[in-house]
Amino acid sequence: MTLLEVRDLHVWFDLPDGGRLHAVRGVSFELEAGERVGLVGESGCGKTTTILAMLGLLPASATVAGAVLLDGTNVLAADEDETRPHRWTDISMVFQGAMNALNPVKTVQSQIVEPMALHGTAFGAEAKAKAGELLELVGISAAAGARYPHEFSGGMRQRAALAMALACDPKVLLADEPTTALDVMVQAQILELMLRLTRELGLALVLVTHDLPVVAQVCERAAVMYAGEIVEAGRLDDLFHEPKHPYTRMLFAATPDLYGEGEVLSIPGAPPRLDRDLVGCPFRARCDRAFDRCKVESPLLVPVGDGRVAACHLNDEPVAAGADA
Amino acid sequence: MSAVATDPPVLEVRDLVTRYPIRRGVLGTLRREPQQAVHAVEGVSLSLGAGEMLALVGESGCGKTTVAQSIIRLVDPVSGTIELDGRDLTGLSQRALRPIRRSVQMIYQDPYESLDPRLRVRQAIEEPLVIHHVGGDRTERRRLIEEALARVELTPPSMFLERFPHELSGGQRQRVAIAASLVLDPKVLVADEPVSMLDVSVRAGVLRLLDGLRRSGNLSVLMITHDLSTAAHFADRIAVMYLGRIVEEGPARQVVRDPQHPYTKALLSVVPKRDPRERSELQILTGEPPNPVEPPSGCRFHPRCPVALDRCRTEDPALRDVPGADEHRAACVLVG
Repeated sequence: MTLLEVRDLHVWFDLPDGGRLHAVRGVSFELEAGERVGLVGESGCGKTTTILAMLGLLPASATVAGAVLLDGTNVLAADEDETRPHRWTDISMVFQGAMNALNPVKTVQSQIVEPMALHGTAFGAEAKAKAGELLELVGISAAAGARYPHEFSGGMRQRAALAMALACDPKVLLADEPTTALDVMVQAQILELMLRLTRELGLALVLVTHDLPVVAQVCERAAVMYAGEIVEAGRLDDLFHEPKHPYTRMLFAATPDLYGEGEVLSIPGAPPRLDRDLVGCPFRARCDRAFDRCKVESPLLVPVGDGRVAACHLNDEPVAAGADA
Repeated sequence: MSAVATDPPVLEVRDLVTRYPIRRGVLGTLRREPQQAVHAVEGVSLSLGAGEMLALVGESGCGKTTVAQSIIRLVDPVSGTIELDGRDLTGLSQRALRPIRRSVQMIYQDPYESLDPRLRVRQAIEEPLVIHHVGGDRTERRRLIEEALARVELTPPSMFLERFPHELSGGQRQRVAIAASLVLDPKVLVADEPVSMLDVSVRAGVLRLLDGLRRSGNLSVLMITHDLSTAAHFADRIAVMYLGRIVEEGPARQVVRDPQHPYTKALLSVVPKRDPRERSELQILTGEPPNPVEPPSGCRFHPRCPVALDRCRTEDPALRDVPGADEHRAACVLVG
């Protein structure tokens, strides 16, 4: 059975002016144990909202529809009491500012023990011993757990946040820009650590980031999001070498590479507003290959061979979407 | 690049040392504890030719931003010289510096914070003209403002003049910030992480704009960045800093393809590549750079260096020419 399945997830936000913003528009993906999947796109594409919805962490102004199946059980329950048992024990999360979200007046160890006590997974000496093990696992000595967050460097605090996320042996880790605020060397340390955790613990990872090279190096598969939808998903190798959606191609082309020879090209324009109905393809205004059909008909996310899906009319045409990439 | 070697540099920094004293507090002072300082920049030399883009790269805390702040004299260096068109700025009083400030402008990382939210685009770009008493009368200033907007590709200017920052996208804001620097017609633009707050899709546009500006006019760019891929793509030369020192510098492509210093090698090895098939062997350095209050003896990199020798503990290597390479230098006993 699939470990985690997100099925047709929708999120709407009520706006102060009475309007509604359709932030996530029917997102579906699957994840097996030990698998690493990236969720990529520009800010505002709905990638963070998607994982917050999976954890039931959206504010009251949000309306969520769809299903998040964990081992076949829908954890996307309507109310907090039903979601809370799954949070941290089955699905946990580490985010960009996690290192700054540690409580400054509590020792690091006590903050790792806290979720265990809260969820009743371990208590007292057992919990403390477990916290020590987790710290060692992320490369911090168990003894350092007695220290306070300000005594740690940024990289160490991010590791501690990771240890905290692992406190209740979750099956799935949702990581939202976990290394964006870190230096490249510390980033490499954290990414290697996350790779090791997925291999050794069978942890499934959803990595949310705008940083394509990070996803390219860490994940096996990725879903590219645009305007609240997945526009293409597949193996990273295919996405890079043979994109089936112009947005995927343009996103890679906008990213400078250490050894890249080609020009780095920005994507003109901006994503569409999501507080009104969209007609046609949401990317057409910025697309360099848009044609008449894109104006009127919204493309569906359909299989384009080899375990890949893409939402682009060009894939129906004789010339493929990414042929000239 | 060949022009750089013959023409005198626009900006020349020699042996720059900048330290930040650490407050001892009343008790510490009474106890006569030694005055400690953060050795942020310890002997940095660099030069910037006309129309050149130099990228100063390194991890946070390596001193790259302090170099920039010393150049525009937001902080006063302890020693060293900073020459702009041959004139040393280090000894000048703030008053004497004022007219020179026009020539060295800085743009910052966060265009959401660097622009005054109450000023319209027109006012934001006009402000530097007013402060420096340049640009003549209102009509003339208006012409300069529109020209600056055109140079940053915010056209037609009339569409942007009366807007407030909150009515602009991140990329447009950074362009307005650049326009507010350009309006003074500077010789040097110091850009501190100019795109790291912007969305991927617009970063390239702002970088290409900076690239175009320095290629088309008499503008040189010193780009401070932690992003080696960006540096490799847009800069002529790269200087790599570690703990207050430049450990390697040279033509961008050459530094990236044939790094000489073990730190540069490690740093480049961990930069994620766009192509999933391209997986280099990671040389992950453990820990983080040491405390710049008490930098290590000898080579500052030796405690983390994977190939350190005994002599590295005592010998502090200077930048030296890489054999067989042009204008490529590294500070390592293993080089040369």
